[in-house]
Amino acid sequence: MHNETLIPHLFRTEYRKIVAVLCRQFGLQQMEIAEDIASDTFLAAAETWPLKGIPQQPAAWLYQVAKNKTKNYLQRGLLFASKISPEIKSSTAESYEQEIDLSPGNVNDSQLQMMFAVCHPSISKEAQVGLSLRILCGFGIEEIANAFLTGKETINKRLFRAREKLKQENIRIELPSPTEMDARLSAVLTIIYLLFNEGYYSVSQHTTLRKDLCMEAMRLCTMLVENESTNKPAVNALLALMCFHASRFDARINEQGELVLYEEQDTSLWNTDLISKGGYFLHRAASGNQLTKYHLEAGIAYWNTQKEDTPEKWQHILQYYNLLLQIEYAPIAALNRTYALSKVYGKQTGITAAEQLALTGSYFYFALLGELYTGVDNIKAQQHFEKALALAKTPADKNVIQKKMNKLSQTS
Amino acid sequence: MEEFIILMRLDIITKEAQPSPEQLQVYMQQYHDWVGGIAAQDKFAGGTGLSKEGKVLHFNSVITDGPYAEIKESIAGFITIRAKDLDEAVRLAKDCPILKGKGNTVEVRQVVATHNNA
Repeated sequence: MHNETLIPHLFRTEYRKIVAVLCRQFGLQQMEIAEDIASDTFLAAAETWPLKGIPQQPAAWLYQVAKNKTKNYLQRGLLFASKISPEIKSSTAESYEQEIDLSPGNVNDSQLQMMFAVCHPSISKEAQVGLSLRILCGFGIEEIANAFLTGKETINKRLFRAREKLKQENIRIELPSPTEMDARLSAVLTIIYLLFNEGYYSVSQHTTLRKDLCMEAMRLCTMLVENESTNKPAVNALLALMCFHASRFDARINEQGELVLYEEQDTSLWNTDLISKGGYFLHRAASGNQLTKYHLEAGIAYWNTQKEDTPEKWQHILQYYNLLLQIEYAPIAALNRTYALSKVYGKQTGITAAEQLALTGSYFYFALLGELYTGVDNIKAQQHFEKALALAKTPADKNVIQKKMNKLSQTS
Repeated sequence: MEEFIILMRLDIITKEAQPSPEQLQVYMQQYHDWVGGIAAQDKFAGGTGLSKEGKVLHFNSVITDGPYAEIKESIAGFITIRAKDLDEAVRLAKDCPILKGKGNTVEVRQVVATHNNA
């Protein structure tokens, strides 16, 4: 690997480790210093490596430089403290003696604890997502801005406010106690799921970035299942869900970056490794008597990895949606449930149920009605598709509906 | 939107009236299709099924095994829903699949605040 690709690659994998370890050492009050030291370390690599060549063990080189920079920083602090207030025995004196521990074990613990600190319920979801991408995933500011289709300045401001909030709330970098674990874990899972969805459903055309987001979400979730105190059924269920979804990543986006509809996907592009991995985690999620929305969504996602249209498939999907909606209402879940209902009980039942939803602001609602009326009352189907087309915002959505309308006009 | 409770009563005591495991599975499916339909309209507020075992507390500190053994209609479960008025609540309750069983009943009552017992 050359410098141009090696440094960004290492930044992605090593920056977050250095930051997590240093934050844990210094506390969140000084998280900017941790981030600065980590950034300076990569700057040093970018300056030195082109001249002196890439070191034998690049990651170890980075760790050593980070350690030295930390030492220098602490020494300066010590000097400062001893001149300004010589009588105070600064705590920095002790930490100066401490070696920065970048061993795999400590890196892992630090990252896990950082996850809980960054996903603390006292800061806004938006801030949690931004900080997670920066601190836990090592995304550059520009990448985060691209992922959210916004400017670098906005992201910088958002991150600044989030850091301030973490300090104000005096959040500690530690694993929650067993009594708090479930509630805090649930906040972490929410963020992981948001990260994943951002990658999976984003309107951004940037396919690589989107895939990275999904992979990062899965990596964070994997860290949680690998740790005994966080390896809970809900965590396994979420990981299963993401594996099932991710299995279609290559099939659902074509070379032009356009969305390929489920029915039109080339199943040979479905990743069978991820499907069986999903099955494994779903099985592990079944221990205990917790039934979370992740369990239900993973169940639905599992059946979606079975392309064949069997009554069994749709019966299961319908039942999962029934339960999911009882836990948490969402318009898209209501519409998907109605589609499953029509698959089990026929289009007429589906139409009656769909019309009760009256989600008249959603293009998906009219697309569903159009679909259900197709073959039952093609004139009505056409009218619904027209309404859907008028409401659809993205070219991809419009394209999908246009295709359905073309099909309809061919048959009638 | 007002909140209503839907109380489902059926015979959970008489042996002959109890469904087989296969029947029960079908009943549960029908039940969840009904609740899922309410939830899909964002009108489900909460509720759950109930265990068959329980105790009934009487006047004078008498406690018996419940549900009432002497009557055939025990509360099997309840859900709370959101509806515009009693008419809408009744409309939603009408599709409750336990009404397919003879003798079963579904009761719809509006939930009112303690100090608003009009």
